[in-house]
Amino acid sequence: MMYKEILIRYGELSTKGKNKKDFIARLRDNIRYSFTDLAPLKIRTERDRMFIETETEERMEQLMTRIPKIFGIQSFSAVASAEKNMDAIKEVAHKIMEQYKEPITFKVEVKRTDKSFPLETHDIQRDVGGYLLTHFDHLTVDVKKPELPLRIEIRDDAAYLMAGVIKGAGGMPVGSNGKSLLMLSGGIDSPVAAYLMMKRGVRLEAIHFFSPPYTSENSLQKVKDLTNLCTQFGARIRLHVIPFTEIQTLIKDSVPANVSMTTTRRMMMKIADQVREEVGALGIVTGESLGQVASQTLESLTAINDVTTTPVLRPLLSYDKLEIIDIAEQIGTYETSILPYEDCCTIFTPSNPKTKPKLEKVEYYESFTEFDELIAKAVRNRETYSYPQKQPKADKFADLL
Amino acid sequence: MIYLDNSATTKVHDDVLASFIQVNNQYYGNAASIHAMGVESNDLLTRARMQVAQLVYAEPENVIFTSGGTESNNFAFYGVAAASKHKGRHIITTAVEHPCVLEAAKRLQQQGYEVDYLSVNAQGVISLEELRDKIRKDTVLVSIMHVNNEMGAIMPIQQAAAIIHDNSRAVFHVDAIQSFGKLPITLADGPDIITISGHKIHALKGSGVLAMKKHVQIEPFIVGGGQEFGMRSGTVAVPQAVAFAKAARMAVEQMPAHAKTYSAWKQQLFQYFESLGDAVNVISPADGAPHIVSVGVQGLKGEILINALQKEGIIVSTSSACSSRQTKTSHVMEAIKVPQQYKDGVIRISFGANNTEADIQKFKQVFTHVMHQLKGEFVR
Repeated sequence: MMYKEILIRYGELSTKGKNKKDFIARLRDNIRYSFTDLAPLKIRTERDRMFIETETEERMEQLMTRIPKIFGIQSFSAVASAEKNMDAIKEVAHKIMEQYKEPITFKVEVKRTDKSFPLETHDIQRDVGGYLLTHFDHLTVDVKKPELPLRIEIRDDAAYLMAGVIKGAGGMPVGSNGKSLLMLSGGIDSPVAAYLMMKRGVRLEAIHFFSPPYTSENSLQKVKDLTNLCTQFGARIRLHVIPFTEIQTLIKDSVPANVSMTTTRRMMMKIADQVREEVGALGIVTGESLGQVASQTLESLTAINDVTTTPVLRPLLSYDKLEIIDIAEQIGTYETSILPYEDCCTIFTPSNPKTKPKLEKVEYYESFTEFDELIAKAVRNRETYSYPQKQPKADKFADLL
Repeated sequence: MIYLDNSATTKVHDDVLASFIQVNNQYYGNAASIHAMGVESNDLLTRARMQVAQLVYAEPENVIFTSGGTESNNFAFYGVAAASKHKGRHIITTAVEHPCVLEAAKRLQQQGYEVDYLSVNAQGVISLEELRDKIRKDTVLVSIMHVNNEMGAIMPIQQAAAIIHDNSRAVFHVDAIQSFGKLPITLADGPDIITISGHKIHALKGSGVLAMKKHVQIEPFIVGGGQEFGMRSGTVAVPQAVAFAKAARMAVEQMPAHAKTYSAWKQQLFQYFESLGDAVNVISPADGAPHIVSVGVQGLKGEILINALQKEGIIVSTSSACSSRQTKTSHVMEAIKVPQQYKDGVIRISFGANNTEADIQKFKQVFTHVMHQLKGEFVR
């Protein structure tokens, strides 16, 4: 096998002075988390970069396909190793360069950490460069702005070679900007909101309202799957499933149909706020987009938001539905989101909800019913799941096929 | 008993049967039901479909499980014809297709379609020139079998596909019932639609697949609950589908190994039959499919040979299982112009995964014995 490790260059965090150490540790942990399903990774961190060692080709492939999704990484490269002699180094350089078939400009960069290596830096440069030029017609040297810098590092244990830089996801390592609680419905929007917040370094926990038997196990499974999908961006996510049937039924029985949806949202927000406090999160994240549905008009948002002073972060507020769908497709949550299972919102939705509910009216209707006890009970009885799951789901069908 | 009639049908592989039984025991929910058992069945069905799709280079949603080869071929004919009425009413197929293609063509002919039948040479292979001559702007369907079931001729599918697609908007259907698992055949080889039958690849009788490219316009001819993406209604036989997927995977995985042993056996039998001189005429072409050897025996009825071999524990068939009960000479043997004296004495030996080298040796021994018995004057 040719490639031995992956070199990771940090994203925005390089500029962050004294917090840098924390950020690097955070990124390292995030990478570990997102590869929980693989055996423990060997990660070596340096001031400006990080190395992940791999042993097998399959694992290398896994890493290369999944690293582009992890926030806080500016770019990365596959690194090959060679024995510390010029013949071996040239042979590996040859293997790397033969992957490029089109004419390309290159340059050999050498870093010689092992000062006992017999050749000086520029000798190595000239030797390898000359060797490659005689073997490949389509290579030309450009020392100022090469399209393909071939980097050779002579370290104590071996020589390392890398070429080609792959763009990372950018952003900041998840967790470097605190923690928030995501309201996850199972639709298209909330996973996208999760993605955008995580990109800015926010660690998430998720909350979902489950109303059996009005909503099925399938719809819950879908939410679990979505939560698991969101962990691909480099963080562990806990999902809190709130038993919501009792409250929803009570709302239906005690509040006029056309404001029941606003009340439902207010109750959800109240529950979310209590869970947020318990788990030590700072804000609440929703996938709301202004005017998308009746509950997302500015009037509705005002009425819903009134139950808490906690910052409610709405990263999708100004996004069009189509823009949201585009992102959902890119991040791979769309297919799961559109699975046709009822969630608690779709079933209890009245046929003519108020698009401009008045806060005072909603408060008035709610004032006849005692919700707080049920809310506390729902919070208490929530079920919590942790993702990514350590054991990938065993494939029970494999033997049959 | 030595079973050498694998082109008629095969014995279900033990592992495939084990899957079939397990699915019947454990995942018997209706794949269209919304309860957990139904969802589980549907998940399993989806997995089976994905596996088949990968083997033929199709998208999963373009793999339709059917009741077998005949249904798949019928579906291709009626389905494509119905969906392309506006494009034309001309169909091309070959003179040596299986009856389930020829009869479907005949029915469409009665409904006003014009059908051209490509002739074949003595090796059973069509002429690409004739195909080029017959293809027209209003040709809507061309159906060519990959491997002939009665004598093993291999049709030039890739070249035919190029001609068809360069000169028409016709859908190219390939009946790959005899070839799947024996020779490489996928949608990447040029066909728009492929038919595969389960029981020819050690899966269950009553299972088959129609796999097609995305763009193919086809109308369902079995309608009802809208299963199989609306293409083939009727509660999906998940156990059959799973068994099919497993058998198909095994067939493709074992194809290189089988091709090698089958070819060696075929060559052995060729040499053996040639050593019998004029008494036996080898009908299968040397470059045909590796698992089919058809020969004509001079002055004997095929049926008598079958019976005599059976008495000695060897099972073979006349040219095909379908035509073996009919008294008339097979249309394939007519088409390749088998000499008169051999025409009535055609038998087909076809190998499968359960055969061994010893079976072939035994066959030769028994055949020699039977020939002595039936033809006194035969001396070797």
